[in-house]
Amino acid sequence: MPAIKDIMKTMDYGPAPEANDEVRAWLAAQPEVIGHYIGGTFLVPEGAPIEVINPATDAPLAQIAAGTGAEVDAAVAAARAAFPAWSALPGHARARYLYALARHVQKRERFLSVLESMDNGKTIRETRDIDIPLVARHFYHHAGWADLVESEFPGHVPLGVCGQVIPWNFPLLMLAWKVAPALAAGNTVVLKPADLTPLSAHAFAESCGEVGLPAGVLNIVHGGAETGAKICGHPGVDKVAFTGSTEVGRTIRRQIAGSGKKLSLELGGKSPFIVFEDADLDGAVEGVVDAIWFNQGEVCCAGSRVLVQEGVAERFFTKLRARLQTLRVGDPLDKTMDMGAIVSRKQLARIDGLLEQAKAEGATLWRAEVALPEKGAFSAPGFFTGAEPAATVSQVEIFGPVAVTHTFRTAEEAVALANNSRYGLAASVWSENLSRAVEVAAKLKAGVVWINETNVFDAGATFGGYRESGFGREGGREGMLEYLVPKWENADRPARPAPQSRPDASPHPAAPGANAKPGIDITVKLYIGGKQVRPDGGQSYSVTGAAGTVIGQAGIGNRKDIRNAVEAAQKAGGWSNLTGHNRAQVLYFLAENLDQRRAEFAALLEACTGDAGDEVELTIRRAFRYAAWADKFDGAIHATKTRNVTLAVPEPFGVMGIVCPDEAPLLSMMSLILPAAAMGNRVVAIAAQDHPLIAARLYQVLETSDIPGGVINLITGPSAPLAKTLAEHDDVAALWYCGTAEGVRMVEEASAGNLKPVWADGRLRDWADPVQGEGETYLRGATQVKTIWLPYGE
Amino acid sequence: MQDMLARNPGMPLTPEWFEGVQVNLSATERRVASLTTRRTVKKEWQAAWLLQAIRCIDLTTLAGDDTAGRVARLCAKARQPVRADLLAALDVGPITVGAVCVYPTMVPHAVRALQDSGIPVASVATGFPAGLTPLPLRLAEITYAVEQGADEIDIVITREHVLTGNWQGLYDEISAMRAACREAHMKAILGTGDLRTLTNVYRASMVAMQAGADFIKTSTGKEDVNATLPVSLTMVRVLRDYRDLTGHRVGFKPAGGLKTAKDAMAWLILIKEELGTRWMQPDLFRIGASSLLGDIERQLEHHLTGRYSAAHRHALA
Repeated sequence: MPAIKDIMKTMDYGPAPEANDEVRAWLAAQPEVIGHYIGGTFLVPEGAPIEVINPATDAPLAQIAAGTGAEVDAAVAAARAAFPAWSALPGHARARYLYALARHVQKRERFLSVLESMDNGKTIRETRDIDIPLVARHFYHHAGWADLVESEFPGHVPLGVCGQVIPWNFPLLMLAWKVAPALAAGNTVVLKPADLTPLSAHAFAESCGEVGLPAGVLNIVHGGAETGAKICGHPGVDKVAFTGSTEVGRTIRRQIAGSGKKLSLELGGKSPFIVFEDADLDGAVEGVVDAIWFNQGEVCCAGSRVLVQEGVAERFFTKLRARLQTLRVGDPLDKTMDMGAIVSRKQLARIDGLLEQAKAEGATLWRAEVALPEKGAFSAPGFFTGAEPAATVSQVEIFGPVAVTHTFRTAEEAVALANNSRYGLAASVWSENLSRAVEVAAKLKAGVVWINETNVFDAGATFGGYRESGFGREGGREGMLEYLVPKWENADRPARPAPQSRPDASPHPAAPGANAKPGIDITVKLYIGGKQVRPDGGQSYSVTGAAGTVIGQAGIGNRKDIRNAVEAAQKAGGWSNLTGHNRAQVLYFLAENLDQRRAEFAALLEACTGDAGDEVELTIRRAFRYAAWADKFDGAIHATKTRNVTLAVPEPFGVMGIVCPDEAPLLSMMSLILPAAAMGNRVVAIAAQDHPLIAARLYQVLETSDIPGGVINLITGPSAPLAKTLAEHDDVAALWYCGTAEGVRMVEEASAGNLKPVWADGRLRDWADPVQGEGETYLRGATQVKTIWLPYGE
Repeated sequence: MQDMLARNPGMPLTPEWFEGVQVNLSATERRVASLTTRRTVKKEWQAAWLLQAIRCIDLTTLAGDDTAGRVARLCAKARQPVRADLLAALDVGPITVGAVCVYPTMVPHAVRALQDSGIPVASVATGFPAGLTPLPLRLAEITYAVEQGADEIDIVITREHVLTGNWQGLYDEISAMRAACREAHMKAILGTGDLRTLTNVYRASMVAMQAGADFIKTSTGKEDVNATLPVSLTMVRVLRDYRDLTGHRVGFKPAGGLKTAKDAMAWLILIKEELGTRWMQPDLFRIGASSLLGDIERQLEHHLTGRYSAAHRHALA
């Protein structure tokens, strides 16, 4: 140990280790292989053991085992058995359990912080100050939701058994994000922690026993990807929630397509961090530290693309290089470290590979000149300059402590660069001009936008992505809704039959009595970009009416028509920027015009379905209803931190695909199109295959109602192949599908390409019933929440 | 121990170095909130840092009832801030505080009491603490203190110039004061509690350095809010920017509100992280404090004995 007088010359930091004796004693007391937590007990595992390594020392900490099919069966069965009693508990009773869990996390805060640090390699500073406090906060927040669930979510029920698969970067925090809302809503859970970092979940399971959580309410099965797939694919699971890579998210989407399971995905990101010339540059430099040198850069919402306005770029990068040199990397349990170890040597090798590739592509890597420990998986923090947007490293997630940097000239260019990504998880905007910052925040395609800060989280503010960063939200009201379902939707409704018509172009022989007194032959077309257009294939199919006679012909749309319609919808972006009031005016006018042609539509419905009933009247009312909603489906301001406005803004997806059912063809089509359009989406709708003439009549009303071209596009023809094209289309941001069970499977699987959220229903809906046919469920389905964090104060 | 630094010569007023700058309060607070959670010093390192903090203290008495006797006692403490047996046990040679800071009329007493100690005498001047007496009188006060033997002058700025954006007025005033200081080093007190915004703090700091300040200092100790970490972070960043732009290193002195050993560690961490180790020496860093020393002495004794210490075991300042 150096003498005090010598330290006074160097003024170095000495070692400041956090004691880990208690954690080591706890680990030593564990069985040779840690068991799965199933039905309230730890079972001796059957599967192959997996060694759990401390990545900072390479030392083995414990062993778990890969959960087998039988063990997953047992866990799902335990959760299933626990569900009736747990879901039947009053919300207040569940609140008490969640409150107790929050308290227990707090009582074990230091223990869990040390354990998490040893298991993951992240610094004790972060586990102590960020991870574990957020875990407790999440359980407290959701203890509150459990208490409020009956009053705040009327008409909703829990889903049942949730299968949850979580990543290794925030092991206990991700457990909290998954488990707390699921249990609050009344579900039971089978959770699989990452096999690299299973230990805090195991400690948490022990706490569940301590607080007396009923057996089977939370089950933890350890293992790797195979075990995860077994849980997701298990027929006894009603909801799958996954946080991890986009590739695995895609696999899960395909795996459970058509299973009826609800799905939420929190996936990867390449989040932009935008620095304007009027930013507090020193503040923004610290922002980069929080963005990419937080948690070793192993953060899905890491600000990994730093965009700097050209005029200040050199100064900013100079400051950033200087700051880089003061970062300390080393023993994660040392309280003076900014960065610990990468989670595993394998992950480190992956990072290194990407860095080498970027250097080979001509980028310059600036790296902290730090002495890395000899043992363990450590990576020096750094950033690239000269990696153009076209470079691999600018597009793929490094998931390590290295950012890429670009420069931009104008706000428009910053937004264009920022949105030039498949991902859309988060963004950070630095400017002292709030007019500019808020405008840019509005234009960014990201689920979370931080202004003049970054990587700030709170259980009450929703978190989740746009685009291929996944769908579904965690935290707050939206997060709860991922674990609830409207009662009617969950009810055992009859399956929707397949369409009866065959849209082929061959002439149909006239039935007796048809065309006895021919009028002028009407050529029905598709409606794309505000124009009536002939189908690309030039083909039409005969439409049979209720009486069994041919009542007309409709166009056979094909994939090129879908392409054209999506392009037209993309160009109609002005609709999304209108005020709610403006959109309401258009929808009211649409209702007016429908009203004027009430008799005509009734007659057509009569001819098509044989029973017009009050479908036209209900459709007009629904147009009124969504005109009413257009300026009232507001966002929220969350109570998160002091001196911070945290806005939850429901934004339209942009272009939505809608596949309409055959039942109540006018009412169902409008019940789907209207809420989507009211919220500012542009719609490509595939009309009822059996009743396409309704769509044809409808576009005449659309044309007279001031609906801008491209906002509503109507395609007729064979529903299934058109739906598939729509589901596959990478420029369609969300899809509603009402069709057959087989169609549900098909569109869900096809949607995996760009991971668009799909609301698919293979069962008949009573469209006349306002509970089933309209309301907030539709509005929520037509929007995605963007959370904007806006700290203030001078 | 270290290289002698050239004095900051000052430069013409250059508004483009500060007029466009905006400091974000929330971002600043976020940085200071994690400064002391990201860094800490323990055991021998803590003792060394505590001793270094003592070397940087401007031991201060600025009270209406100051007398020659009071000043003499303070100066004695300045010469021997830590009990000799403790220093011996720590295996450290004699140390002194950075300076003794008094009112102008107390300067002769301090000079006498500190003779041959090498400890500089600092005097506040220029109508301290409000600084609203006429400029000729303020300059005359500087001249008086210098002639009485003060080695350092802590001047106060006219806050009005900052609040109204009169940068030329501020620059001219500080330049005149610097001239009046002659060989004495000038510390410019910004009265940051009165300036309210961090952006004002940034701009005033830059003007003071352009006008030739040898140190910039947060507060008189008499404002409602004195040295805070966000204000200090803002000021040390200006020091860094000025160094980058001119090559000159200017000193920093937080004053008022630093009362505990923990506070001293927080500010030393701030300096080390933002400016580097060189800036942790008394020629570039001072802490204006009257009660801080007592707490540091107790911590040092605790380091040696493992027992919590008591105030009466250490000599009164």
